[in-house]
Amino acid sequence: MSMLHLVNKSPYESNNLSTASSIMKGGDELLLIEDGVYGAVKAGKASAMLEGCTVSVMGPDLAARGISEDKLADGINVIDYNGFVELVEKNDKVQSWL
Amino acid sequence: MKLTIQVNEGPYQHQSADSAYYFAKAALEKGHEIYRIFFYHDGVNNGTRLTTPPQDDRNIVARWSELAEQHDLDMVLCVAAAQRRGIVDDGEAERNGKDATNIAPGFRISGLGQLIEGGVQSDRLVVFGD
Repeated sequence: MSMLHLVNKSPYESNNLSTASSIMKGGDELLLIEDGVYGAVKAGKASAMLEGCTVSVMGPDLAARGISEDKLADGINVIDYNGFVELVEKNDKVQSWL
Repeated sequence: MKLTIQVNEGPYQHQSADSAYYFAKAALEKGHEIYRIFFYHDGVNNGTRLTTPPQDDRNIVARWSELAEQHDLDMVLCVAAAQRRGIVDDGEAERNGKDATNIAPGFRISGLGQLIEGGVQSDRLVVFGD
């Protein structure tokens, strides 16, 4: 039983990323969308929270915010909407942290 | 895979109405079935046909209507949320004595039970919101 956690808020405006990453269990995955993509920036305050988590980030949302992929923390998968659908297929449940 | 999608945010607010649309489109293109899209809270504003965005902007409401027509989607607006925000179909206009309707093509107004049933009948419930 695995869960996909969706975070759409910047770590600078809400604690959702911190809460989600602390509550995730082995096998769970995290997907950062919308302003949530700020959490994937290597130099940002949130990258330490992602250690040990399987993390993907929406490429179109990164591009819309002018964040290039070389600015991301190590080991993060950049995906598109097809990849989003595949993550929803792969995990049994989807939890949006709104 | 059978999906129900919940949209809690209005159009042109932040990004959730766009994320939900692109997710739905990608899922349909991959051959998945969308059992229902349920619009809740400010999300019901996705269903007013009186929206007139500037010509060089996307028309979020018309985009939903077109997707529904192409794929025969069931798009439901929560009745209590719609009443509060003035989204009206023929039935609601008659029931509440309103002189006009504004629901967009492809949408219908119904109760919260439709969200629960969508969750029960689908393999995944994916929520987009603020």
